[in-house]
Amino acid sequence: MFFLNAGQSSWDKFVGDFVFNLIEKDRWKYLWNGLGVTLKITLFAVLLGILIGMVVAIVRSTHDMTGKMKIPNFICKAYLSVIRGTPVMVQLLIAYFVIFTSPGISKVMVAILAFGINSGAYVAEIFRSGIMSIDKGQFEAGRSLGFSYVQTMTLIIMPQALKNVLPALGNEFIVLLKETSISGYIALEDLTKGGDIIRSQTFNAMFPLITVAVIYWIFVAGLSHLLTIFERRLRTSEH
Amino acid sequence: MSTNGIGTELIEVVDLKKDFGKLSVLKGINTTIKKGEVVVVVGPSGSGKSTFLRCLNLLETPTGGKVIFEGVDLADKKTNIDLHRQKMGMVFQHFNLFPHMTILKNMTIAPMKLQNKSAAEAEKLAMEMLSRVGLADRANAYPSQLSGGQKQRVAIVRALCMQPDVLLFDEPTSALDPEMVGEVLEVMQDLAKEGLTMVVVTHEMGFAKEVGTRGIFMDGGHIVEENNPKEFFENPQHPRLKEFLSKVL
Repeated sequence: MFFLNAGQSSWDKFVGDFVFNLIEKDRWKYLWNGLGVTLKITLFAVLLGILIGMVVAIVRSTHDMTGKMKIPNFICKAYLSVIRGTPVMVQLLIAYFVIFTSPGISKVMVAILAFGINSGAYVAEIFRSGIMSIDKGQFEAGRSLGFSYVQTMTLIIMPQALKNVLPALGNEFIVLLKETSISGYIALEDLTKGGDIIRSQTFNAMFPLITVAVIYWIFVAGLSHLLTIFERRLRTSEH
Repeated sequence: MSTNGIGTELIEVVDLKKDFGKLSVLKGINTTIKKGEVVVVVGPSGSGKSTFLRCLNLLETPTGGKVIFEGVDLADKKTNIDLHRQKMGMVFQHFNLFPHMTILKNMTIAPMKLQNKSAAEAEKLAMEMLSRVGLADRANAYPSQLSGGQKQRVAIVRALCMQPDVLLFDEPTSALDPEMVGEVLEVMQDLAKEGLTMVVVTHEMGFAKEVGTRGIFMDGGHIVEENNPKEFFENPQHPRLKEFLSKVL
């Protein structure tokens, strides 16, 4: 596309690069398989992150509102501080080379755990801000009807909180998708690493790396679009 | 009291105290609320009247004393408060309807989840209640589509759907535009006529005088005076109540 203005010979060069970098020796498979790894890590890390984030957020906001759960709250705060205070790449390397050194655990699994635990810290704070953004009266109305703390949380507070934090949550998933591109540091052949392998074979940096960038962009743009639709649907349910 | 329809003790408040940090808001409240009474609680702001009301259903945890409701001390930590709250409805100044649910859902969720009513049963009851307050046609609307007065009427019948033994009102008309106050007071008056026990913190002196069966005046964390509405409003004894009434009437 970016060569079109330069005329026919540029087009020929583009086609030549395309064939050389992607078609010859089935090099496209590096990107295809890498994309699979990237999506797999992202999907499961997102799920793990939501699970951790939800638990941590409930512990933290329960402590903030009632003063109970002092010890769990302390543990959660330590977790948030460590995860948010160190780079995700260092966490990934520690996870691979220090913590999960057993050969029984796959590299993909290590990456899922590392990114999931990392994302959980950010998701927790997103959820917590969502819970705290709900008017205290909602909580009191739930309790005054006879709902327990947990029922009030799940039936009344969380559905509203989730709606409020959906844009921030979506953004976190987009960040996570892109963050997994450092998986190559533990020798995982994800999308980025796939592009880099092609570069090292063809000595052509531009074509494979731009292709990788475009693939990431397509997924991020698609995800953003889905989120917009989802948000709009949630909003119309109220009016 | 021998007023018609007023029966046995429902809530007994014994030496109720509440501190917020160093600030002592309730300094020992003693009173008894009987079945069928409409107790209106008035007083200057900061007198502790809202805190008193919120201590009755433990939305505020008392620092000391007892709140005995149907024979059970609610302030006792061993009491399962959730169970007893089902029998004490509350109506808030800011309505607190659940914005993510329709009006009907707002009213049926508690009976369905807490009293194991079927959807059909709960909806039937909710629709009856809505008809009573003239809002049956708004059953499928969301709270954001209602006016303030409509919201408060829904909040009242939402509490009624749990068929409580007492309804607590925390300044139910204070957040309303003046022209909507009447429609809410009318609903409350109807409930009083039917014999529902009510405790009402309010600034609406006309309502207090007309509908109340007993007036309580609070000041500085104490009940300063309590009497039947006629004496309370026309022949106040305590100088603080005299002063208060002269300002608000």
